[in-house]
Amino acid sequence: MSMMQNLVQWIDDRYPMTKVWNEHLAQYYAPKNFNFWYFMGSLGMLVLVNQILTGVWLAMSYKPDAELAFGSVEYIMRDVDWGWLIRYMHSTGASAFFIVIYLHMFRGLMYGSYRKPRELLWIIGVIIYLVMMATAFMGYLLPWGQMSYWGAQVIVNLFSAVPVIGPDLGVWIRGDYVISDATLNRFFALHFLLPFLLAALVFVHIVALHKVGSNNPDGVEIKKGPKGNKWSDKAPADGIPFHPYYSVKDIAGVAGFLFLFAAAVFYAPEMGGYFIEHPNFEPANPLKTPEHIAPVWYFTPFYAILRAVPSIAGSAFPGVVAMFASILIMFFLPWLDRSPVKSIRYKGTLYKVILGLFVVDFIVLGYLGVQPTTDLYKLMAQVGTIYYFAFFLLMPIYSKMDKTKPAPERVTQ
Amino acid sequence: MSAEGVDLKKRRMLTLATSAVGAIGAGYVIYPFLAAWAPSEKAKAAGAPVEADIGKLEPGQLMRVKWRGKPVWIVNRTEQNVKDLATLDSILLDPASGDTGQQPDYCKNPTRSIKEKYLVAVGICTHLGCSPTYRPEVAPADLGADWKGGFFCPCHGSRFDLAGRVYAGVPAPKNLEIPPYQYLSDSRIVIGTDGGEA
Repeated sequence: MSMMQNLVQWIDDRYPMTKVWNEHLAQYYAPKNFNFWYFMGSLGMLVLVNQILTGVWLAMSYKPDAELAFGSVEYIMRDVDWGWLIRYMHSTGASAFFIVIYLHMFRGLMYGSYRKPRELLWIIGVIIYLVMMATAFMGYLLPWGQMSYWGAQVIVNLFSAVPVIGPDLGVWIRGDYVISDATLNRFFALHFLLPFLLAALVFVHIVALHKVGSNNPDGVEIKKGPKGNKWSDKAPADGIPFHPYYSVKDIAGVAGFLFLFAAAVFYAPEMGGYFIEHPNFEPANPLKTPEHIAPVWYFTPFYAILRAVPSIAGSAFPGVVAMFASILIMFFLPWLDRSPVKSIRYKGTLYKVILGLFVVDFIVLGYLGVQPTTDLYKLMAQVGTIYYFAFFLLMPIYSKMDKTKPAPERVTQ
Repeated sequence: MSAEGVDLKKRRMLTLATSAVGAIGAGYVIYPFLAAWAPSEKAKAAGAPVEADIGKLEPGQLMRVKWRGKPVWIVNRTEQNVKDLATLDSILLDPASGDTGQQPDYCKNPTRSIKEKYLVAVGICTHLGCSPTYRPEVAPADLGADWKGGFFCPCHGSRFDLAGRVYAGVPAPKNLEIPPYQYLSDSRIVIGTDGGEA
């Protein structure tokens, strides 16, 4: 045995290194028919690593203090060597994270990746999405610009709209009667903590994935199909080892992604006010709300739902409930879909149209969430909100009515 | 170890008792962590009253004062403004200031103020905490022909009149808060205290 083999053996006797490598990479058999949409998972991990790395570096120069925060961000931009790059990688990374995750979730919707036996995998994914939103929200306060301040003011006040305990809950979250230094300091601490929780959840997500095996564009369970491939006679015939096949394919995906990411970082880091909103170039002023405030684009569909629901009996609570319900309803998706097939490829026209309209609806709600309220936009947001909930709540009915095609036994090429 | 002679009932009881004591202990440990999120003594003490000089405030003008970290508006209402207030009652949610939590008793009157002329109000929308915009002009294009001057919240479109009374049918559920205040002289007021009068 060579020295290298000896070393590996020495470690394997004390830590399951080779075992883990094989189970999760070299001998993890993934369906051979993955397409474009299957890049998003690995890209999500890449962006998470980017956020943690650039975030820790930003924390080395950032000051979580209401007097100093805005100035310290400008200091990073102007005086820290390469600080502008690290900061723009972080701010663009936040938007990129949501783009990638929304595409990842849409992939799940298209191919029925939430269906049995992947219900828990989907649920863990929704939890990751929730933690991501909390992290992004707290991060947006840190530059202490006008939009940071007033955005946080509105969102924290959502909790104050809860009957009875609301006002105390709002004060408890802020640590003060208004958004203040105390709020900034604690949001910084939590914004630093949550990404590590996210990394742990991603680990759990992958453990769950590797327990049930990956879905694929055909929605075929390769583990139930015939056995025996080039590498092992026990492995699914339609599976190929994740490493090197998909590890290398994912590198191509990473290259494509970085092309777009770098273009945004270098040429359009503010993305016309969508990635970094214009009022955020003004320091937070607790006495003056900007003329028009809106959350960052990735929250706006839910913000539009919040605004669409009128207050009932003088309480803004119904809107708040609708907003949270619009996210929490995703948890129930695995049990709402009653279609005999998983993948969109074998679903009927009815389902395809409904899913297509759902995508349009989500984008329209996102647009409305950035715009000021007018009577027309409010009506549109109300229609959009009804469609959003109908998509989920009526799914048990229309997914059954849908005329599906028979799903194949084996994956198609 | 053999399982013979083991009193399983007793063992289960001991396991349960140990877990229960552990859970109670964990509960006690959590408390300081939760309590540490409440406003600090310093934050509570920061609510000291502030003084404002209103001598130079022209009719129709608004000034902002910071009290407890919040904007407090002082508006010098014109005579026309004061007259217009009475005409709005039918489109307001709570024209008579029935919600006693939103103003001191001495401001529970048609103008919601001590002196008719000056409005003093906390400039925080009662919906989700934005600071509404001062829109004193009459009947601007975006607010409609019935607008007699007031405050418009840019966040969710809530409307208030020049006494901080909320319009019916907007997201905000309550009139703007009137803080406790008192006049030190004709041109000086103090916000945050009313000398115990109320």
